[in-house]
Amino acid sequence: MSGSREIVGQIKSIKNTRKVTRALEMVSASKIRKAQDRMQASRPYARMIRQAVGHLAHANPEYKHPFTQPHAEVKRVGYIVISSDRGLCGGLNNNLFRKLLARIKQHQDDGQEVELVLVGRKAAQFFKRINIKITAATQDLGEQPQLEDLIGSIKIMLDGYREGDLDELHVCYNQFINTMSQQITFDQVLPLPATEDEPMLEYWDYLYEPDPESLLNDLLVRYIESLIYHATLENLASEHAARMVAMKSASDNANNLIDELNLAYNKARQAAITQEISEIVSGAAAV
Amino acid sequence: MASTIHCDIVSAEAEIFSGTAAMVVITGEEGELGIAPRHAPLLTRIKPGQVRVMLPEGGEEFYYVSGGMLEVQPHVVTVLADTAARADDLDEAAAVRAKEEAERALSDRTADMEVAEAQARLAEAVAQLAALERLRKNLKR
Repeated sequence: MSGSREIVGQIKSIKNTRKVTRALEMVSASKIRKAQDRMQASRPYARMIRQAVGHLAHANPEYKHPFTQPHAEVKRVGYIVISSDRGLCGGLNNNLFRKLLARIKQHQDDGQEVELVLVGRKAAQFFKRINIKITAATQDLGEQPQLEDLIGSIKIMLDGYREGDLDELHVCYNQFINTMSQQITFDQVLPLPATEDEPMLEYWDYLYEPDPESLLNDLLVRYIESLIYHATLENLASEHAARMVAMKSASDNANNLIDELNLAYNKARQAAITQEISEIVSGAAAV
Repeated sequence: MASTIHCDIVSAEAEIFSGTAAMVVITGEEGELGIAPRHAPLLTRIKPGQVRVMLPEGGEEFYYVSGGMLEVQPHVVTVLADTAARADDLDEAAAVRAKEEAERALSDRTADMEVAEAQARLAEAVAQLAALERLRKNLKR
């Protein structure tokens, strides 16, 4: 009977685990919705800025902002790595890191240096074991990431680019496609990729207060910040989706295990009864 | 339509206001601005302060913005509001914080090493105990 008692213990502990995974699954399912709403809410801002920047660039073709100018030689490349703060979301973070490592390796083979900005605790945990220059980090963004938390890290990289310490800047994150699929995405931030110029129907220009150059600078900084902020929101939605799927499969696995263990338990119990009966019968026969 | 102007107030985190207005009053970098329909196109920075949106059917709505940009086209006003207080020295402070965070994340490496070391010690101790246990059993026999 000792075998069957052990099985009962196992079943109990797996049932407890299943409770946890089910709860996590449901929590994530409800959070996806909110994260998606937040993603939607951040879109108009970026769109408005893009319009204004496009117009400014059009109206002042002679002025070229440093952020739009590629550097002649690419020696240092920066990556902003966006990860989640918490685990239990399947291979979401690790797949991203692995892809990034492959790219870093390629840069190093080409003789380029790489520096990283880490967003999220998982990235910090992963990259501190690897010997790569980490320029800045932010953690604990929570459910409602604030732009404030990102400003500092972004500024370091933008200043680096302006001063020529950095020749390219990319951001990598998990793009939220739908609940079942997230895509690892690498976007170039600096130099700003040229946007497709829409033909202007009529020529008009803004009044600028104070001057176009400084306004363009402010706009571009905000534009880049909003790009990266949006990437963190995408990553957050992806995190919840990935966690939901991972927890769902964990719950399913727990169910399978419980079924199997139940079967084993019943068999063990039956064997014990059969043995007892045969003992009694043979005992009676001996008398 | 002629006497109204479309007004959008957006921040990076949310859309704050979107609708028609009779006039929008806002503090620009160079002074107070009252934007009526068919205002000339304008692009300027705005100071922290309130945005007053006068609704076409009368009444007003107030929003506080901590700075940002203002874009005006003849029939559209767009306020790109900053969600955070911005100033060069504040940004600088944030940059310093991010750097410190990176250093802290890196220095945690030592803490991690300690954990790894402790784990190795623990594994060793467990192995020793197991060996002792086996020895004792053998002796009993």
